[in-house]
Amino acid sequence: MAERKTLTFAIMDAPYESARSTTALRLIDLAVRRGHNVNVFAYEGAVSVPFAKQTPHPNAVHGRDVAEEDHPNPKDWVQGVMEEAARRGGKVDWVQCGLCVDERGVVESIPGTRRGSPADFWKFVQESDNTLVIPTR
Amino acid sequence: MAKKALSIIATAYRATLEEQDDTIVWLTHALKGAGAELDVLLRGNAVNYAVKGQDASGLAFGERRQTRPPRIDEDVAKLIPKGVKVFIVEDDLRERGLERGDLIAGVEPIGRGQLPRLLGQYEQVWHW
Repeated sequence: MAERKTLTFAIMDAPYESARSTTALRLIDLAVRRGHNVNVFAYEGAVSVPFAKQTPHPNAVHGRDVAEEDHPNPKDWVQGVMEEAARRGGKVDWVQCGLCVDERGVVESIPGTRRGSPADFWKFVQESDNTLVIPTR
Repeated sequence: MAKKALSIIATAYRATLEEQDDTIVWLTHALKGAGAELDVLLRGNAVNYAVKGQDASGLAFGERRQTRPPRIDEDVAKLIPKGVKVFIVEDDLRERGLERGDLIAGVEPIGRGQLPRLLGQYEQVWHW
């Protein structure tokens, strides 16, 4: 493997609202598959991405029950990239903007995420090889 | 008499991987199932929804694979036998290098110049 680097992503989009949240997770997935460490600062709506109470649902329009629909919840995708990083000896350090969490009431996040503040983002930036901001539009 | 609505879809591929469909195409199916009278107009980037043979499969995060990727062209096609007309702005197709032969069967191309006449046929026009 090439030298392990540390990359920071700042994301803003809420789940189920745009293609950007999926794109961000795809980039993070690619980074961890290549063995890099990833920091994520989830800001504003993005704090809902790892929200633990997301629930799969059936889809009558598709004619499928819960099992058949196998509806993805982004919290599971976050868990997936964390597990992939661990398998490769790396890590995903996911920080939730605490104020953003509070104003949305999405306090319960999946294990492996932690509450933080913009100061954590700044610390990430100082310690990373590079930072990618994926803002909302 | 029930109001008739034209649902204009302009924003394309908005969270379609997470939703496993387009939310407005889905809403159209649901409303039709609830008895609504409505048609669809695809414009802007959403004209791509009528391009046949789209394949969004293969998404994975670690070992978590998506098993039911969106099939938006099929979802649009399924509206037509339900009595939902699907119009598509031909100028927007042309600007994107798409031709009628690229489209699923049953969609009705319409020029921008014909839109005022089309919109005038509906009591409600919803622009998504």
